[in-house]
Amino acid sequence: MTLVVAITLFVLAVFLGVELISKVPATLHTPLMSGANAISGITLVGAISTAGTDHSTLTNALAFVAVVTATTNVVGGFLVTHRMLDMFSSRKRQTK
Amino acid sequence: MSPDLIQLAYLVSAVLFVLGIKSLAHPRRAARGNRLGAIGMAVAVFATLLDRQILSYPVIAAGLVVGAVFGTVLALRVQMTGMPQLVALFNGFGGAASLLVGAATLIVSSDTSPNSVDAQLLTASIATVIIGSITVTGSAVAVGKLSEWLNLGRHSPAITTVNMVLATATIASVVGLVFDPTQHLWLIMMVGATALLGIGLVLPIGGADMPVVIALLNSLSGLAAAGAGFSLDNPLLIIAGSLVGASGLILTQIMCTAMNRTLLGVLFTAVTAGEGADPNDVYEGRVTSTSADEVAMLLDGTQRVAFIPGYGMAVAQAQHAVRDLARQLEARGTEVVFAIHPVAGRMPGHMNVLLAEAEVPYEQLLDMNQANPTFRQTDVVVIIGANDVVNPAARDDPNSPIAGMPILDADQAQTVIVIKRSLSPGFAGIPNPLFAADNTLMLFADGQNALVEINRALSEV
Repeated sequence: MTLVVAITLFVLAVFLGVELISKVPATLHTPLMSGANAISGITLVGAISTAGTDHSTLTNALAFVAVVTATTNVVGGFLVTHRMLDMFSSRKRQTK
Repeated sequence: MSPDLIQLAYLVSAVLFVLGIKSLAHPRRAARGNRLGAIGMAVAVFATLLDRQILSYPVIAAGLVVGAVFGTVLALRVQMTGMPQLVALFNGFGGAASLLVGAATLIVSSDTSPNSVDAQLLTASIATVIIGSITVTGSAVAVGKLSEWLNLGRHSPAITTVNMVLATATIASVVGLVFDPTQHLWLIMMVGATALLGIGLVLPIGGADMPVVIALLNSLSGLAAAGAGFSLDNPLLIIAGSLVGASGLILTQIMCTAMNRTLLGVLFTAVTAGEGADPNDVYEGRVTSTSADEVAMLLDGTQRVAFIPGYGMAVAQAQHAVRDLARQLEARGTEVVFAIHPVAGRMPGHMNVLLAEAEVPYEQLLDMNQANPTFRQTDVVVIIGANDVVNPAARDDPNSPIAGMPILDADQAQTVIVIKRSLSPGFAGIPNPLFAADNTLMLFADGQNALVEINRALSEV
């Protein structure tokens, strides 16, 4: 991937992100934030490929901690968002 | 798996992220959106694990297991009132991962080809390390402030000077790394300086500005992931990271607008506290206090009641008590709504989550624009632990430190009941003329106790 392609992806994704988020109702701001936060744990993919190169003890140690923190971010983020959204929807069933 | 297949899997994953975030914007589809995001993440992780370039699995497997256990425990044990801290903590974890990936990538590259480190990789790794490191310590300080065990720090010339020194040290280490990427000391210096800078930047920011800080840290954790994508040449990291970066920035913007402040203002200047009217002039002889029994009598037979929750409701854990009162009022034929200011609480949407936990129906939660036109037709407004967001001085007094901040026009209701421990000022440090208004009754008490008392008294009316 050339740098220009990478920058293109970056800019287009920022615009897409702005479009996707602009109309979120205030009620959902917290789950949105924690859900987006879980997605930012995508850096786990980078951590895995770095750990997989098995380059040196130092980079292995760094990559191990990176895999741990990123996985915590991903698993915890999606789970806690699920918990919150569950509360939002269980309420709906009751009112109907 | 061949490189092309992996890239295709990444495309699937990116599409799932986009659909997931899109669905998070709609109350009915939000839970499905979150699942789509999780599936996207699983696809990406499995594709990466099947990459032929991966030589060793033990480190990865151990990391995945430890992280999954840790994340699950944190997510299942947190109380809803502790949500701001947890979101800030996860932001920090994401930042840490990106920081480490950026640093490791740079070290691998400078070890394998010491004389020709790729310029894009070097630039991107430096940016990732800087953003990631600020996110880590900034989030740590935010967690401390949100859980109230870190209550120090004010904007002062001293801390500005320290931050300038740290910023200079960061720039020096960047220059050093550019000239000699193999020298790990520069990298260590850069991590150290930016870590301290993260502390120095967040420490002076006050509690009520935390919604802005959390949203901004959320954005930074996304941008750090995008930076790691640039240094690893990984399109999925770039796409997902910048999606999150953009969403965090928008939330930051929404929070700033709701406080009539600029982002730079929040980050670098204090609210000019105490420049408003003298509390004695405002309150002297004009404050009427009331009792739970009297409030119950007032609420009996009303047409429409609006509750305005603030951070005080979260502190008092009063969301269930207010739900009980709201249900009893409804059972007596009163229309009940909750009017929620965008920056009420400590993170975007904080009050909504607490009320959702207490099973308050979604339809009863009104945002500022929906609620404001309705206050004139409201018999009683009950304010629970909110202060600055209902201060009419923001609307009426151009000299007030918070002049121009959008507020909930609670003062327009027939009767205003304020449940609050004392007349102490809110975050802005100014008196609130609403507390002294003719149609306002103050109920000085703990939020939860007061609501339970009112509820009991009402059932006896």
